[in-house]
Amino acid sequence: MKINILAFGIAKDIFGGPSVSVELGNDANVSNLKYALEKEYPKLKQLASYMIAVNNEYALPGDGIHSNDEIAIIPPVSGG
Amino acid sequence: MQTQIKISNQPLDIQTCIDWVMSPESGGIDVFIGTVRNTTKGKAVLRLEFETYEKMAVTEMDKIAAQAGEKWPVQKLIVHHRTGILKVGEAAVVIAVSAVHRAAAFEACRYMIDTLKQTVPIWKKEVFEDGGVWVAAHP
Repeated sequence: MKINILAFGIAKDIFGGPSVSVELGNDANVSNLKYALEKEYPKLKQLASYMIAVNNEYALPGDGIHSNDEIAIIPPVSGG
Repeated sequence: MQTQIKISNQPLDIQTCIDWVMSPESGGIDVFIGTVRNTTKGKAVLRLEFETYEKMAVTEMDKIAAQAGEKWPVQKLIVHHRTGILKVGEAAVVIAVSAVHRAAAFEACRYMIDTLKQTVPIWKKEVFEDGGVWVAAHP
């Protein structure tokens, strides 16, 4: 399945745009997504950390991903 | 507890936030204002550029506000966060908390800003004369 990922902050710079799409297996989870992204964009590994949000909630590595989910990459936050 | 959470690309109105949390039952209001500093590690900062994942940022701020309300007897709590390009001295965030006694207002306000900085999907880029840096992105 093709997954669209929203990007913000430095992730947007690394991807070169506000979103990217990756191809994942149908039973993919957050770990699989991070692996696929890091393969395509190795600079992600230089970040202090980053999280994946699924439908506006922080997701855990084992959480499943579905084709209609809203997925976003959350690099280290710095609000305030 | 009543809460109001807002993200705006317009200058924040500090007095509006304070007025909103005032109530006859309150004995104290605590206010935190985060502002744009003119230097970082000795380098002159020209401006800050804020970006938000707005829907999730509001959801996360709602969660923190609810947690603060569980921890302390807060009456009203407001958070207004700015997005877009900010000049030195401008307010990036205003948090105001009212409570019957001051201790709850102080502690809830501090909890709000400390936790906001850790969990809410908002990012700032510090722009110097020689380019910009996303704050906290790299170790």
